[in-house]
Amino acid sequence: MNPKQLFQGKKGEKLFLLGNEAAVRGALEAGVSIAATYPGTPSSEIGNELSKIAKEAGLYFEFSINEKVALEVAAAAAASGLRSFTFMKHVGLNVASDSLMSAVYTGVRAGMVILVADEPSMFSSQNEQDTRHYNRLANLPLLEPSNPHEIKEYMKEAYRISEKFGIPVLVRTTTRTSHMRGIVELDDIPKIEKKGFFEKNPPKFVPVPSTARVMHKKLVEKIDEIKQLCNDSTLNQTHNLDEMEQSKFGIISSGSAFNYVMDVVESDELPVPVLKLAFTYPFPEKTVLEFIKDLDRVVMVEEVDPIMEREVLALIGNQNISLKVHGKLDGTLPLIYEFNTDLVRNSFKKVLPNYKENNKISAEQKSLSTDFKLPKRPPTLCSGCPHRAAYYAIKKAMENLEIDEQDMIFPTDIGCYTLGIESPYNAGDYLLSMGSGIGASCGFSKATDQNIVCFIGDSTFFHAGIPPLINAVHNKHKFVLTVLDNRTTAMTGGQPHPGLPVDGMGEAAPEISIEKIASATGADMVETINPLNLKQSIPLFEQAIKEQGVSVIISKYPCMLIKSRTKPKNLLLIVDQEKCDECGNCINQLSCPSIYQKDDGTIKIDNFQCRACTVCLQMCPQNAIRGEVIK
Amino acid sequence: MILKRDKENDSYNIYISGVGGQGIIKFSIILGEAAINSGYNVVMSEIHGMAQRGGVVFTELKIGNSNSSIIPEGESDLLISFEPLEALRVMNKANKNTVFVVNTSPIMPFNIVNSEYPYPDVKMIVDEIKSNSNTLFTLNAEKIAEESGNILSMNMVMLGAAAAIKEFPIKKEDLINAMNENLPLKTLEINKKAFERGYNSVKSSSSQ
Repeated sequence: MNPKQLFQGKKGEKLFLLGNEAAVRGALEAGVSIAATYPGTPSSEIGNELSKIAKEAGLYFEFSINEKVALEVAAAAAASGLRSFTFMKHVGLNVASDSLMSAVYTGVRAGMVILVADEPSMFSSQNEQDTRHYNRLANLPLLEPSNPHEIKEYMKEAYRISEKFGIPVLVRTTTRTSHMRGIVELDDIPKIEKKGFFEKNPPKFVPVPSTARVMHKKLVEKIDEIKQLCNDSTLNQTHNLDEMEQSKFGIISSGSAFNYVMDVVESDELPVPVLKLAFTYPFPEKTVLEFIKDLDRVVMVEEVDPIMEREVLALIGNQNISLKVHGKLDGTLPLIYEFNTDLVRNSFKKVLPNYKENNKISAEQKSLSTDFKLPKRPPTLCSGCPHRAAYYAIKKAMENLEIDEQDMIFPTDIGCYTLGIESPYNAGDYLLSMGSGIGASCGFSKATDQNIVCFIGDSTFFHAGIPPLINAVHNKHKFVLTVLDNRTTAMTGGQPHPGLPVDGMGEAAPEISIEKIASATGADMVETINPLNLKQSIPLFEQAIKEQGVSVIISKYPCMLIKSRTKPKNLLLIVDQEKCDECGNCINQLSCPSIYQKDDGTIKIDNFQCRACTVCLQMCPQNAIRGEVIK
Repeated sequence: MILKRDKENDSYNIYISGVGGQGIIKFSIILGEAAINSGYNVVMSEIHGMAQRGGVVFTELKIGNSNSSIIPEGESDLLISFEPLEALRVMNKANKNTVFVVNTSPIMPFNIVNSEYPYPDVKMIVDEIKSNSNTLFTLNAEKIAEESGNILSMNMVMLGAAAAIKEFPIKKEDLINAMNENLPLKTLEINKKAFERGYNSVKSSSSQ
């Protein structure tokens, strides 16, 4: 599909869309004027697609410096009467949460939707938090789609709710809905409003104690009204309704978990009713009461935390109803990780006596297994990645200064360079969140006498690294900050950030200098290096480690995934087998995917993968690697 | 349209595995769009982000009626592996009637030197699949791609190979149309050549 189709596609057309692409189309069909985000898997493609089409579609889109700013951009736009959209991964909402809490108090004039992508099983995340807790914390209405078409449709419903009640609405996806591809039928795109007008109204928009007290009262009243709408909502639907009369057993589910439930129910022809909840906060109590009124037992199938399960338990307690509730709390389903069809089927077997699987299918489809012991294949830094060179240089500097591994702490941060925890780099000792490497270094610097070298990427530095750097200098901490500046937000697919001369719409933009920011803090040493030049980088790291205060090394070289797109490599690296004594240093210390050892012991470079960064050539003790210029 | 199979609502499940950078997602999108253009319903699951950096990548495609995009254990109809070791890793997604299409050129994990287990001999991998499955097709897709003009066309070699499977539900023309829609013009000829060669490679071989 041509990305322009997302915008140009006409009503009735069917496209094969990723959940995240469907969210973009949903925003367009809802007439969104302003959108802002900070990229994060599994929500990143929403921003990537918007960035490609925003100009043509006539809306404003930005990659904001972090999620909090993105949410503030969207909130102000909605307060000015323009429909706005912000989206992020689950942990991004932690960053945005301070303003989120107030944005729900002040409310909005035009619709505002926050899409948050959760990550059950953590494919690319540091935790598995369930965003739905925020709906309860903030009093924020919640919709949970199960597939790409629903993502698009629920986006539009979310704007209707948001506008009707003057409150932001959250759409929660998970990896398996955001990264699910399915058929999406398009609808019309309305004309987009370019400018709104902010009508001043401090009692509405400025929460100070006297006004906030009024706002909170109004908010809980709003939620009470929305509860009515939620109980009448057609988004919440009973499937297998015919079975309702006979069955004493029912299933309640939402989001991607609902898909597994229906696959099991349909494939094993289970005669049980299923309540699909999609508008799940405020909790549709009446809908649930109606569903459970003739049931003896219900099983709750939801990812990640037992949130609806607790709602149902509270509801039956309050109503004095006798009903057995199975779910995560009684061990019918696991408390952690994402579900799948097999897991859901096995949980039903636990609670449904005489469970009948479709035997013909299952006998024939008994899954295969192998006794082979397989080597693992963890993700790794790419061939030619400048981070690898920086890690190597620091290790060399430590060797030259005779610093033991145990006397060096490597606080790290969030990005490709988190892969530095792998051997042989072993350069990731402590990590909490975006920007935490610098803040934690402040703590380690006072709490220990160990050496500290911390890492942060360029985009992460802008996102959350500047306040802790100022903190470090002002409070006289001692450590080396290494900014691994690869000129992009690499891990999430190469989005721009404030350090680049281009913005989210593809327009030229002022480039903010990391070096100038670091110098402005008054750090004792600020140097920019080319990490691929070991002769320069190793002595500089030595000097930085010896420094008594905060030193900042900006290790600046573009990500190879981007560089290789624009500039073909000009060198072929070859191992001279005469000179090579097969010491294995290149393999063991660099662990580059392009260098390998054959069964006969000889060392080779795979020139298809090799990006000719030349770090191996520089570090080879025998000078056995040479570069041949490609003509 | 629903595929006519043993059971009315069953989908035709394709599990695709390999290594980050082999063009698996593009392969899967072309396959999915071709299935839609042939009138089928399709759902598909992809993995993005950290998992991609040279690590294991897999997509799951269900053609026909299905709610979730995840293939249950043992329920793949077709398992396409872009890398031999990665076929073994996902054996639990296959049953003895699953058709295997496996590229035999290996990619070593970057940490293989320090790995607890060595990379098994490719012949042993092939024998292991053969002893479990009724139908296996192998091809050196990397070599075929190089011969077609660009090693990056390897994913289209695999697409051609899949298209040659007797039970494969999508017609060759529909796949080629989807290639036209999804591949850049300047590499289209090489990719089509790669597709044809992959197709012929499986057509001319009986399964092993």
